[in-house]
Amino acid sequence: MTLAMVPFMLAFLILVIGLYAIVAKRNLIKVIVGLLMMDYAANLFLVLVGYRSQGHGEAPVAPILVGGVEKVTDMVAKSVDPLPQALILTSIVIGLSVTALVVALAIRLYEKYGTFDTELMRNLKG
Amino acid sequence: MDHVVPLLVAIPLAGGFLMPVLGRLTKSHRALAVLPIAMACGLTLIAVALLTRPDETVVYWMGGWKFPIGISLVADGLSKLVVLVIAVISLLTLLFSLEYMTHYTSPGLYYGLFLLMVAGMMGVVVSGDLFNIFVFLEIASIASYALVAYGTESDELEASLKYLVLSAIASTFILIGIAFVYNVTGHLNWAKIAEVIQTGGGLTMPLYVAAAFFLTGFGLKAAMVPFHAWLPDAHPSAPAPISAMLSGVLIKACGVYVLCRLTFSVLGSHQTFGTVLVVLGTLSMVLGALMAIGQADLKRLLAYSSISQVGYVVAAVGAGLVGLALANGSKPLEVASHLAVFGGLFHLMNHAVFKSLLFLCSGSIEQATGTRLMDDLSGLGKRMPVTGWALRVGALAISGVPPFGGFWSKLIIILALTQLAALAHWAFYIPAALAVVTAVITLVYYAKVQRSVLGGEPSDAAEGAREVPAAMCLASIVLAVLCLANALVVLPSVRSRLVDPAVRVLSAGVGSTVESATASADREVRTPAAAQVGANEGMTP
Repeated sequence: MTLAMVPFMLAFLILVIGLYAIVAKRNLIKVIVGLLMMDYAANLFLVLVGYRSQGHGEAPVAPILVGGVEKVTDMVAKSVDPLPQALILTSIVIGLSVTALVVALAIRLYEKYGTFDTELMRNLKG
Repeated sequence: MDHVVPLLVAIPLAGGFLMPVLGRLTKSHRALAVLPIAMACGLTLIAVALLTRPDETVVYWMGGWKFPIGISLVADGLSKLVVLVIAVISLLTLLFSLEYMTHYTSPGLYYGLFLLMVAGMMGVVVSGDLFNIFVFLEIASIASYALVAYGTESDELEASLKYLVLSAIASTFILIGIAFVYNVTGHLNWAKIAEVIQTGGGLTMPLYVAAAFFLTGFGLKAAMVPFHAWLPDAHPSAPAPISAMLSGVLIKACGVYVLCRLTFSVLGSHQTFGTVLVVLGTLSMVLGALMAIGQADLKRLLAYSSISQVGYVVAAVGAGLVGLALANGSKPLEVASHLAVFGGLFHLMNHAVFKSLLFLCSGSIEQATGTRLMDDLSGLGKRMPVTGWALRVGALAISGVPPFGGFWSKLIIILALTQLAALAHWAFYIPAALAVVTAVITLVYYAKVQRSVLGGEPSDAAEGAREVPAAMCLASIVLAVLCLANALVVLPSVRSRLVDPAVRVLSAGVGSTVESATASADREVRTPAAAQVGANEGMTP
């Protein structure tokens, strides 16, 4: 394992922690936090995929075009990949709507059961 | 012709935003239902128009931007078939909602969410871009979480929460899979991904990791057996028309369709993936049917039966994939594989029709009697003749009794599996035998449904039951007729228009996607994404 792999491993660690929270925790709020962590881990992973270190120690620049269209190839040669960043923006918006919905569900469930303990919300089985 | 493809997404999406606004202006359920039904009619017409030239692949580039910058919508034989299924089932469930939803509040929000879900499914099916599929998948999923919780009682909320949590995990896995694929190939357009995989080093380790993430993610969305826990809670808790949409179409458009596309057209016919699909499909088929036997709740039984029937589809398609991977120019093996894929897609069509019918019948019964526990129901055949006959037709079709479509698709699947067993590998006898056993189990538990719900003297709950309003009856009757009409697909003239183009798309494997979807692409423009191929080997393990 090289040094370049470390950030990827850490992103996966966050993913696994999130998954653990969802599977093992009884408190609904902690489950929601787990969901958020998984979402962020996926986003972080996408950012890391877009990072290009050029291979000779130079840090890449932000993918912002300065100096007109004729500079595109210059920018492409030096910058990080902008596409994953665009994907993450979309993914964050989706994450936001899922979070809003799950929090609304949690509030409704709290009104019904008076608790956030998921072990006590088990009408459905079989 | 290519300009109608974006309408498949745009019409229901516009409706999704318009309906909540209209819901503020009027509280009348019937007035609000007019626009969604008109839209569903329009979608059905577009789907039929697309099918007039079934073999033509229609590619539409959004905003007129060509290949590396633009995002494509692709309607080929397979997409057109699934689009038709989505459009027809949406139309009939909306017709059913017209009367059924009158005892729920906020119709504007209901129809808005319904149309959003349809827009999401249509988007998944016609999208030619991996990330777009993810976005449309999420649109359809988020709308369906809200629709499952629509009753806002404790059961519905609990089911919706379970569904949401598992489905969100699936989405995260799919996103990570997309990141892996993008890292390796540098593309998101899946025709280009397929091309890079073919011309480049083939399937490397990161791509296998991506495939594992995709199989888990889409397996969860399709409720294959180790990942099925959410379905028997979520599908019965939704209002009946939504159960019909979820079981009839959503798990197929968002799960099975994408799995087929990914394995056949993007990663290429590969034995490993095919074997995984056959194993998962067979497990779902058998365990779903076994779990359905003991159910007391009618809708819960139908939900378990969905797991079992989708198992048939996945097992058949997976067997076709293995057959194609092993064929190597052998003609009889290719024919058997095509037959397996045909059987799978045919069963997908059939299941959409009869499972929607059965869920709509369960909705009619629940509305008329106030219960869906089979122990409390009996003698409904006399009280509700139309629903009773519709339920009978649906139950006979799903258990595979001869004149109906379900019989032919199951027969074709079993025949194809035995042929593959004879030609390719003896192990195919196992899914073939289990498919026969499952068909018998299915017949048993649907016979039980018919006897306890329809036969005998009316119980207390059934005593006051009256036939449901005309619109609900009409939806059931049309679906019952479709159950019978689906049998016509075995005729060569119908088959060659409807299902064969889809089989050809899948069995052509990677080749067809590559040449069709980047047609007329302008290769001069290079984006960072395209320039990046091979530039970041540093992070592929």
